Amino acid sequence: MTLEKRKKIEMYRKLLEIRHFEEKVYDLYGQNLVPGTIHLYAGQEAVAVGVCANLRRDDYITSTHRGHGHCIAKGAQLNRVMAEILGKKTGYCKGKGGSMHIANFSVGMLGATAVVGAGLPIAAGAGLSIRLRKTDQVVACFFGEGASNQGTFHEGINMAALWKLPVLFVCENNLYAMGTRQSRVMAIENVADRGVAYGIPGVVVDGNDVMAVYEAACEAVERARSGKGPTLIECKTYRHKGHSRFDPATYRPKEEVEEWMKRDPITRFRARLLEMKTLTEEEADKIEQDVAAAVEDAVKFAVESPFPAPEEALEHVYI
Amino acid sequence: MREITYRDALREALREEMLRDETVFVLGEDVGRYWKGAFKVTKGLAEEFGDERVQDTPISESAIIGVATGAAITGMRPVAEIMFGDLSTLAMDQIANQAAKLRYMFGGQTKVPLVIRMPFGAGVNIAAHHSQSLEAWFIHVPGLKVAVPSTPYDAKGLLKTAIRDDNPVMFFEHKLLYSIKELVPKEEYTVPLGVADVKREGEDVTIVATLYMVHKSLAAAEELIKQGISAEVIDPRTLVPLDKETIVKSVKKTGRIVIVTEDCKTGGVSAEISAVVAEEAIDYLDAPVKRVAEPDTPIPFSPPLEKFVIPDENKIIGAVKEVVH
Repeated sequence: MTLEKRKKIEMYRKLLEIRHFEEKVYDLYGQNLVPGTIHLYAGQEAVAVGVCANLRRDDYITSTHRGHGHCIAKGAQLNRVMAEILGKKTGYCKGKGGSMHIANFSVGMLGATAVVGAGLPIAAGAGLSIRLRKTDQVVACFFGEGASNQGTFHEGINMAALWKLPVLFVCENNLYAMGTRQSRVMAIENVADRGVAYGIPGVVVDGNDVMAVYEAACEAVERARSGKGPTLIECKTYRHKGHSRFDPATYRPKEEVEEWMKRDPITRFRARLLEMKTLTEEEADKIEQDVAAAVEDAVKFAVESPFPAPEEALEHVYI
Repeated sequence: MREITYRDALREALREEMLRDETVFVLGEDVGRYWKGAFKVTKGLAEEFGDERVQDTPISESAIIGVATGAAITGMRPVAEIMFGDLSTLAMDQIANQAAKLRYMFGGQTKVPLVIRMPFGAGVNIAAHHSQSLEAWFIHVPGLKVAVPSTPYDAKGLLKTAIRDDNPVMFFEHKLLYSIKELVPKEEYTVPLGVADVKREGEDVTIVATLYMVHKSLAAAEELIKQGISAEVIDPRTLVPLDKETIVKSVKKTGRIVIVTEDCKTGGVSAEISAVVAEEAIDYLDAPVKRVAEPDTPIPFSPPLEKFVIPDENKIIGAVKEVVH
């Protein structure tokens, strides 16, 4: 598959946006500017970017507690995502959701749910809605390998498969559900193997190779848009940091971490773009500088934004 | 006006709203053309509107509500049926954490126009897993509305309003009510959420009752008047929003209140209504608040056991006499 140059550069920029964004979130947390906790997406960027590069603005995604990357990849503005994480009035959810519950309906980002696995039936429901409204939209549902052990995984995929709904079930297998290694809770190695149980394709891809993710998602989107139903895509990936902010991730062997860090999705994609002469060193550096500046602007916007008025807590319970 | 059953009234509401708005659709276990709903409420709808708008589902309560929620936030108005209210336990995360909270968590970016219909309640000897009254669980979840119609007229009018409402509405249908009949207008009408109905006016005591207990309370009131006690029977019709004003106004008039519900007494609907009266009308009370409710047991199977735990006319009459004398 040959991707046009513009698309590849766009994907490179998105990867960098998410990485720089997450590094800034980490710093801001250290400065006590982020209330609560954070679950950083650094290391998994190729999954969100590779999938969302196939989606139109009016397509939908559902996300998880580790959702900053999904939001950015689907086209949310950095400054408003950052503002939400800082609990500010200018955040997408006006400070009501925070890091674990961001949504941006204007770009089809139907929201992150912090209950593991809860997004699968909701994504299937968006798919049913597309079917009933007779549009050609698709839904990408992100979740981790831990979520694949929830009943909602089974129930949601079964319904989507049964009704041939236009849904991509994108499993980001980062090997650990909090501190629990996959092999301690599952007798199989590939979540994608479960696809056969629902009569849908289950595909394993290198989740740290944005082109591989792009291509797998491209096929799944075509399948979904043409009414052939869902695909289960398992992206093998790894988070750079611990589960949440204060997790030193000592349960992961040093060698394993080192091995995965060598397969960093951004380093790899940059090398590939240079090798393919899609970008020169200077152009790649320039993109990174631009991204760093944009993230700085987002931080400035978020830090300078006001908190919501306390009584706004009473709004939006009912319409 | 013509006499129709509660079941027919619900079906008419669904049909009229499906005709009125093509985004309205029904989903649930066995709601389609083959079984027509466990209590036959959806009979005929699949034939008229097609199988896609009257969608049979796998036995997956969590996904029924999750799918309905996903459809609701993307432009549809689903009416999901949970075959027995007891089974809402299987969908609790999707109801209480997802449907109820999405709008709030996302700062008002979305709305969840979803109705969850639930046959429920005791009285037909199907024991602990198919007979519970769980309304109180849902009034404790901000973001949900809770409708509790006791008559065919109210069932139709409230269901139509619930379907048009942009919030998730838990719609409780007591299974002993399905066959009761009442005169219901042929013409279009709706019943607003949050407006109680005074089912019988009286002077000496206020009885607040819900669902099937409205009928038992009305029967008790009929007996009480023969004994010289005039009871006012109020049906809140919805628990969220709750028409506190009508209840408080009545208590100020009668000075006495008996609350009759089929759910467990502890932490139940009657507890919430008692608290409202304590906060807003305690100075008007001439006797302590009295509650007639289920005595905090699972619903037992054997007929004499079930009969023992469910409120009835005698228990209501006994409670009224305690507060009146």
